[in-house]
Amino acid sequence: MTEQKTPARAEWLDEIYAVRDTQDQAAFARLFAHFAPRVKGFLMRSGASADVAEECAQEVMATIWRKAALFDPARASVATWIFTIARNRQIDMIRRARRPEPEDLPWGPDAEPDQEEVLVLQEETNKLGEAIAALPEKQRELIQKAYFGDLSHSEIAEQTGLPLGTIKSRIRLALDRLRHTMR
Amino acid sequence: MAEIKHHLTDQLLMGYAAGTLPEAFSLVVATHVSLCDECRSRLGEFEAVGGEVMMSAGAVSMSNDSFAATMALIANTPEAPQKRYAKGIFPAPLQDYVGGDKDDVRWRPVGGGVRQMILASDGGATVRLLHIPGGVAVPDHGHRGLELTLVLQGAFKDESDRFGVGDVEVANEDLNHTPIAEEGEACICLAATDAPLKFNSFLPRIAQRFVRI
Ligand SMILES: [Zn+2]
Repeated sequence: MTEQKTPARAEWLDEIYAVRDTQDQAAFARLFAHFAPRVKGFLMRSGASADVAEECAQEVMATIWRKAALFDPARASVATWIFTIARNRQIDMIRRARRPEPEDLPWGPDAEPDQEEVLVLQEETNKLGEAIAALPEKQRELIQKAYFGDLSHSEIAEQTGLPLGTIKSRIRLALDRLRHTMR
Repeated sequence: MAEIKHHLTDQLLMGYAAGTLPEAFSLVVATHVSLCDECRSRLGEFEAVGGEVMMSAGAVSMSNDSFAATMALIANTPEAPQKRYAKGIFPAPLQDYVGGDKDDVRWRPVGGGVRQMILASDGGATVRLLHIPGGVAVPDHGHRGLELTLVLQGAFKDESDRFGVGDVEVANEDLNHTPIAEEGEACICLAATDAPLKFNSFLPRIAQRFVRI
């Protein structure tokens, strides 16, 4: 981890809102500078060539602009949301397969989401990132490989032995709380 | 809706979050998640893991004209996507495949009063809708891989349990089961397999090829 002073995730929310509410290109440029190279890196780790990953990352960023109004900070961090968009574009563009998506919830995103709920979710997601970073290297690699799409069959079997349960329980508490308050 | 008792496994949710499942299984996952808040929440966790993995994968510089190219992309496709959710008994992802709800399914008989519509077949995995009249058994079949069966209307029972609307049965090749639709309303379910079903007593193999079951 060479990176320093990444703004707290909640700050990326301001950029998303600025894009959503005022089509703020400067805010979008900040999102772009932070996320586009990471999306591109992720796509290349998942097997895409540099050219294809570049094109796909541009599409992902354009989708973020267009879908800013659908982003629900009470349900996902900005990084989580961007990951789901990147993954869908990857399947669509690179693997040329159809990607069935769950339907949207009829409620949310609220115009004024509960700030505390949002912060709890962001914080839990940050903790999740820290917990993954703190895993023994072999287990962390296994998780990464699962998401880069290069797990072997025996590794998939091994995956059941991951300590994911302990990580999950942290974020699950937050999500359970969210789910109940949002009913 | 009745309480959902049978859910997706962590492995399926993680595979869906990672985008590594075949399309046939992804459709069952997306349809169940549309009906099940619990699995939606669990999927959110696995997507959060994906987000953290992506953020730590290492950045690769974008090309010089990248931002301008992206703004041009945005300018060329101005319409904003809408939220999507479906009315009817089929959730939106399933309706996309059927081209409508229950009444729009183009059923084809497969024998024994059972009807089906194949929705997608990709990379060796197939997903279909099955329509099983009340009280009728889907003939005894083993399967050579993973089989997911999600109930959308009615209910079925097999040796292991009862499955009602929203429930998903995750069966591996060890389970040789005989699902029977409950008396009354026909059971409609969405079934995905990654190997052709092999019916033990129902159809000779040659006929299986014709009806693609
Ligand atoms: Zn569920």
